[in-house]
Amino acid sequence: MILSIILKKLRDAFTDLLPIIAVIAFFQIVVLRQPLPHLEEVLFGALLVVLGLSLFIQGLEMSLFPIGEAMAQALARKGSLFWLLSFAFALGFSTTVAEPALIAVAKEAAEIAGKGGIIDPSPESLKQYAFGIRMSVAFSVGLAILIGVIRILRGWPIHYLIIGGYVIVMLMTIIAPKEITGIAYDAGGVTTSTITVPLVAALGVGLASTIRGRNPLTDGFGLIAFASLLPMIFVMGYGLIVFN
Amino acid sequence: MEFLYDFSRILLATCRDVLPIIILICVFQLLVLRQSIPHLGRLVVGGIYVVVGLALFLAGLEKALFPLGKIMAKQLSDPFFIYGTHDIITQADWKAYGWVYLFGAMIGFATTIAEPSLIAVAHKASQVSAGTITPWGLRITVAIGVAFGISLGTFRIVTGTPLYLYILVGYLVVIVQTIFAPKSIIALAYDSGGVTTSTVTVPLVAALGLGLAATVPGRNPALDGFGLIAFASLFPIISVMGYAQYTQWFNQRKSTLKNKVHGEQ
Repeated sequence: MILSIILKKLRDAFTDLLPIIAVIAFFQIVVLRQPLPHLEEVLFGALLVVLGLSLFIQGLEMSLFPIGEAMAQALARKGSLFWLLSFAFALGFSTTVAEPALIAVAKEAAEIAGKGGIIDPSPESLKQYAFGIRMSVAFSVGLAILIGVIRILRGWPIHYLIIGGYVIVMLMTIIAPKEITGIAYDAGGVTTSTITVPLVAALGVGLASTIRGRNPLTDGFGLIAFASLLPMIFVMGYGLIVFN
Repeated sequence: MEFLYDFSRILLATCRDVLPIIILICVFQLLVLRQSIPHLGRLVVGGIYVVVGLALFLAGLEKALFPLGKIMAKQLSDPFFIYGTHDIITQADWKAYGWVYLFGAMIGFATTIAEPSLIAVAHKASQVSAGTITPWGLRITVAIGVAFGISLGTFRIVTGTPLYLYILVGYLVVIVQTIFAPKSIIALAYDSGGVTTSTVTVPLVAALGLGLAATVPGRNPALDGFGLIAFASLFPIISVMGYAQYTQWFNQRKSTLKNKVHGEQ
């Protein structure tokens, strides 16, 4: 019984991985016409990926989803707006500020800006610039989750906020230096990590199902959308302030 | 031995990612909510599964798929492979990069299917919609959006057209679609833009972008290598809303046809 459940989980994870294997094999054998190098290492790696993915999904249903929903419900029941919003902000800020992908992107952005001659290329100023980008992204993700939670509480339709955000992004693109727009656009995508996403999704759905008159599907989702929109605005804003 | 070292390094990094969440939850449970955490044992076991599972997943990717994918991205964007000569090419010919566009599309689709955060959101969406949204339906729709986005993004790098033009047009399409799409899907569609690009997609796609920008004649890796991730987070929004619009239109047509048949009887 348990064995069959485990086998099913492993099979599911293998199905998830199959497209990548197919694409790599196709290009390696048909297009590039080269044999797969280190075949046993690749197979061993694929085995680890399948094992890891099935464990992760099992853990998701046992821990990240329930804790996200439980926190949302407990905070909503407590009835203190201040603590709910503090939790939302802290969740966004703390999970983003140390995110390795963000640190890498910020460092790269500093190097580009240094080479482009828009900031002083000394290591000290590059470091400061990278730190500034990291802080503005982390702050914007915290603010994004906070705004998203207010939206769920008030029941505002999401599209006004998102379209408003798009308009701001478009306007800022016109005035921001072009060395920063590419990075700003990408910063939106890299901020939300694999552990944060399920937790944030559970928080939104948990809140929307606790508050009367909210629909978990239309109101519960959307937090991640804010978290990928706001960093673009803040990174471009940071660029504008630093360069002018 | 070397593997054990790699694995413990990744495991430590994953623990560091989880640490702020654990601290935050403990502080709120103990100081603000002042109650014990329900089902603590199950939560801890689940948390360990998440951390160990994610670390195994990343270790496996680093060992097997990332090196291969990065080498392939480099080989496919190599001017010798594309133009078949060792002569120095000064003008990029966008028609010569067919395999690159196809590779971009296929790797975008494949990595999105394996993306753990998308699996999580699809799972939640299916639960919340009581099965109207199937996990596989959402994941495949999002993956198609990413595939198109990456493919178009590589085309943009090859031709060197400005990034913001594509993004602006994409935004306009999203705005127009928002007006017509079924209201219930909009929030989920916006979210699916942000979840597509994490652990699996970003490293491979970034390698492809930087490789292309470095080898295509006339491109500057610093300015042209970016933007693939932005494309990969924009187009899923369009594909998810598009799919919802299609199903809505299809169902309406079916019911009007049915009414017509009933009317004639």
